Amino acid sequence: MISFLRFLIYGVSLGSVYAIIALGYTMVYGIAKMLNFAHGDIIMVGAYIAFCAMQYIGLPPLVAVLCAMAFCTVLGVVIEGLAYRPLRQATKLAVLITAIGVSYLLQNTALLIWSSNPKVFPSVFSVGSIRLFDGNLVISSETILTIIANIVIMIGLTLFTGRTKMGKAMRAVSEDKGAAELMGINVNRTISVTFAIGSALAAIAGVLLCSAYPTLQPTTGSMPGIKAFTAAVFGGIGSIPGAMIGGLLLGIIEILGKAYISTELGDAIVFAVLIVVLLFKPAGLLGKPISEKV
Amino acid sequence: MKLKKNAVNNIICYGLVIVVFIICQAMISNGSMTRSLKGQMVPICVYIVMAVSLNLVVGISGELSLGHAGFMSIGAFSSIIGAAWMRSALGIENETLRLILSMIVGGVFAGVFGVLIGIPVLRLRGDYLAIVTLAFGEIIRNVLNCFYFSLEGNRLHVAFNNPNLPGTILLNGPNGAKDVAKISTFPAGFVLILFTLFVVLNLINSRSGRAIMATRDNRIAAEAMGINVTKYKMMAFVTAAVLAGMAGALYGLNFSTVAASKFKFDTSILVLVFVVLGGIGNIWGSIVAAALLTVLPELLRAFSDYRMLVYAIVLILVMLVTNNPMIRGLVNGLFRRKGAAAQTQGGGADE
Repeated sequence: MISFLRFLIYGVSLGSVYAIIALGYTMVYGIAKMLNFAHGDIIMVGAYIAFCAMQYIGLPPLVAVLCAMAFCTVLGVVIEGLAYRPLRQATKLAVLITAIGVSYLLQNTALLIWSSNPKVFPSVFSVGSIRLFDGNLVISSETILTIIANIVIMIGLTLFTGRTKMGKAMRAVSEDKGAAELMGINVNRTISVTFAIGSALAAIAGVLLCSAYPTLQPTTGSMPGIKAFTAAVFGGIGSIPGAMIGGLLLGIIEILGKAYISTELGDAIVFAVLIVVLLFKPAGLLGKPISEKV
Repeated sequence: MKLKKNAVNNIICYGLVIVVFIICQAMISNGSMTRSLKGQMVPICVYIVMAVSLNLVVGISGELSLGHAGFMSIGAFSSIIGAAWMRSALGIENETLRLILSMIVGGVFAGVFGVLIGIPVLRLRGDYLAIVTLAFGEIIRNVLNCFYFSLEGNRLHVAFNNPNLPGTILLNGPNGAKDVAKISTFPAGFVLILFTLFVVLNLINSRSGRAIMATRDNRIAAEAMGINVTKYKMMAFVTAAVLAGMAGALYGLNFSTVAASKFKFDTSILVLVFVVLGGIGNIWGSIVAAALLTVLPELLRAFSDYRMLVYAIVLILVMLVTNNPMIRGLVNGLFRRKGAAAQTQGGGADE
């Protein structure tokens, strides 16, 4: 029972990281209708920046995270402006391939700067841990922090998209770009802001991911990126609560699957569950069904 | 008798492939080809077949598939096991015959999985379909990592997650296949390319091919005309899977060690890049792009560490330039007469 609880907590912690990454995916998809494959690599860049800030400059962890967020925000906006904006009218596949190109570019730049040797990520917030059931169940501070960060981000984003003018503009653009433009919304700026928020979240996710799994390589971001993308689809791509639920469920399924079914098949189980869900709910758990016009 | 335009185009296509093959063969025999390039010849053939078959799904059928490497891996491993079994159990020593039979084995297995995967996948649309093909590709790789095969005399042993098998190990879980007899040859790859072209071009120019393209262009209209959408989508998907399986067989039997990690998501993406850069729906373009881009990293050897970086930048720049409306307009103006070619490029998975 206690081991089950422990796995469940691991699952929620990993799921929270997936959820934060998936939020970035889902927001960008909702607005720009593109699969941003480079998102996973922004996580990696964020983690490296935080690593350098702490290790080489000696900044305190919180400042390092802020540095990473600032850098990734700028990076996200620059990538959007240089690579994706000229392709706004192009086919979906052209944008997809460009995103893959950007992903290669980030990975190989990181490879040149930081080499392929894995870096050991320092523990960011070692405040201590909670011990329950006579010390049988240890919850580390990273786990608690990840879950708290996840909840805060979720509430913040919901308030942002629901209450602020920019958030409303985002929802308008995701509904209908043309109509939003006619209403005086600056579509390009709205998309830039979306990328900025998504990339800042990716930086946080990178730091949280690397505090839990402390090996940092140029390819660190790609697998969590794909899984978070799966999580976004799982919950219904384009929906913020969907990304949250999808991420959490995916993390829990992965950890429980690895613990109780087979360690090697953990990823296969995650993807199999995704396929089953999509077969019965083709737009994901919380996605809106697509109506077709004739 | 006047040949149809399609037939003329197809004959030119086959002719060019044959000419290129003869040139390459001549270069190999008089020694003017570098060693590393010579080693690339079979992979080039493999990637050409992969790109053409993926183009059938992405360009002609209009469904974005991100798991094409999964079929390649099924073809590779089933053919490796098949080739070893044929040698010991059936006593087939002739390498060419064994290669052909193994390729058929690879194609059949990949085709069976193509049907099994196609049934759920083709119910979905657009990005959801893409993510599910990605998921299937990853599942195939993950499950293959847990399989162990061994050969004892002419009996085949299979185990799941259990490396202790009697006899010689053929497939060793995550370590993949070892000591594979390298029986793939460049001429065999060339024949496979011709076979692929024959199948794909004939399919495109047939009644079924027109039905597939009609489904791509407008699903509802096609359905209203009485086209069985699922059947034709399935036809394209399974044909592509079989061809990918055969390419996988050629690939698997070209190296002495093959692990499932070679058929990652990255491989599927690599093939997709060939298809998109060659022109979606343009078979000829896929061939050129696959050949050039397989050789490109080799040519960029001078840049050594910067090679993949240059590759990424080239990729982004090509996408930006080819999708620039001004340049597009210019090119279209120049090739106004080749209207037919431009039209086939217009379609694809961009609903």
